[in-house]
Amino acid sequence: MILVVAEQRGGKLNRATWETIAAAQELCRVGSLDPAITIVVPGSNVGAVASEVAAARVQNVVVIDHQALDAYTPDGYAAALEPLIASLSPSHVLLPHTYQTRDFAPALAARLDRALVTDVTGIKAVSGEIAFVRPMFQGKLTADVVAQGPAPQVITFQIGALRADQAARGDAPAPIETFAVEIDRSAIREKPEPPFQEAKQSVDLSQAERIVAVGRGIKGQEHLPVAQRLAAALGAELAASRPICDAGWLPMDRQVGSSGQTVAPKLYLALGISGAIQHLVGMKGSSTIAAINKDPDAPIFDVADYGIVGDLFEIVPALVEALKE
Amino acid sequence: MKLAVCIKQVPSRDWQPRLNDARTWIREQDAGFEMNEPDAYALEEALRLRETHGGEVVVCSAGPGRVAQVIREALARGADRAIHVEDDRLAGADAFVVADSLAAAMKDEKFDLVLTGLQSDDMGFAQTGVILAQRLGHPHATIVVDVKVDPSTGSGQAATVRVKRELEGGWFQWVGMPLPAVLTIQSGINQLRYATLKGIMAAKKKEITKAAAASSNPRLKIASLYLPEKVKKTQMIAGPPAEAAKELVRRLREEARVI
Repeated sequence: MILVVAEQRGGKLNRATWETIAAAQELCRVGSLDPAITIVVPGSNVGAVASEVAAARVQNVVVIDHQALDAYTPDGYAAALEPLIASLSPSHVLLPHTYQTRDFAPALAARLDRALVTDVTGIKAVSGEIAFVRPMFQGKLTADVVAQGPAPQVITFQIGALRADQAARGDAPAPIETFAVEIDRSAIREKPEPPFQEAKQSVDLSQAERIVAVGRGIKGQEHLPVAQRLAAALGAELAASRPICDAGWLPMDRQVGSSGQTVAPKLYLALGISGAIQHLVGMKGSSTIAAINKDPDAPIFDVADYGIVGDLFEIVPALVEALKE
Repeated sequence: MKLAVCIKQVPSRDWQPRLNDARTWIREQDAGFEMNEPDAYALEEALRLRETHGGEVVVCSAGPGRVAQVIREALARGADRAIHVEDDRLAGADAFVVADSLAAAMKDEKFDLVLTGLQSDDMGFAQTGVILAQRLGHPHATIVVDVKVDPSTGSGQAATVRVKRELEGGWFQWVGMPLPAVLTIQSGINQLRYATLKGIMAAKKKEITKAAAASSNPRLKIASLYLPEKVKKTQMIAGPPAEAAKELVRRLREEARVI
């Protein structure tokens, strides 16, 4: 059987959980596995989340409800999930590749001493084995990875790699059970404080119709006016990939990507952005993507509708001129 | 404070991917290498913590002989000494193999705080730091963007660290934990310093201790490595800059109708 670990915060389901349920159903199909899927919901007062995911076509939903899981901690989650996995002996444990999963899944895999494949985008059967497809080398290459050693294998799925609406729903709600665990609160070493947002974001890039985004190819803060002139000519907002905001060349609220804003404008024009996956997840839903980059192999061209290989310092001023006509 | 920084050497950013004959790994002889970027930020954070709290910064790296290049660079930037777990099989090794080797070489050092990057720019598993924490028996925090150490006051009160973690979508969270601990550092947490000529000269006299790799079974096998399949049919526009620009504007106006 396959175990899916649902993610929730404050009793609210993370939508990526549905993508992981779709991944579990896909894994059963591709690997010709026993189609029994169990969803576990760890947390405190998570009854509503359990009812929500019980709509999926799965064998059952298991709730681990414990006060010590009220706020997420890696020690608490590992202590909750380790005994459940020992009791169910799943072939695979599937999770969404969220920041929370990244924090505890390697600890869980290390305690179980089992293989962990992270950031997976697809599942393949390769000569009798199940291979997990994932990006490597910042998306410049793709790898088929086969987990080694005994079950269970722990697999995390990249957000957006599978579609939530492709998770099959059952004819009737799946039964909800509880799994009792002993968690020693004093053994949880991390003391989390409440999550917060930094000063209110002044730029809401998600509302922009057109975005001109700059990456490392802009080379220096002094070159930003090159991109600003193009943004003005297009009536576009200026945005950036992470390294530009890290360097302080543009404020953090201009950042597009997994740690910044997610955007889907009519036009996304990427200047000197190679297209690391952390950036792509924040913009690949744009209607039209155009990219200018000196590297013909840059991953940004894999998601672009239009591409020009060349020096942005030559092409961008030419674009501004062409727009005047 | 006794600080460790785990760094990895990865192909440089402008490297064009070339595969080995078996198509299971890259052709290493074609690649230039550099320090994994998040690890460079982890090193900088360790150097700053040493400036505030005193102590030493020890660079730890697991990899083949070529890794000596990034170890020297870290020493030139100000680290005090280094541990190099040297084995050719560590090139392309998975996170368990690397973490087991690092843990074996580091455990007797009794570091107060271990820093490393949140993930590597080559395999990008984002696992090594957390597995290392488990192997050393320490608590951990990942995707850290601020570090505040509260040293022990001596009267039996344990030293602690309070870190700011990045969550998704612009959210953050402070988390406290006792030392020793392992933190994985997000890029951009600080401004990097670069090696000075004096630093480069001083690095030549600094100690690099060699250690043997731990025996650890691979948990992952790369069955094949290939160029990504395109998800979109990209129209590439060739020609001199002025003409390519004109053509792109035309297609955005007439085909895509987005301007």
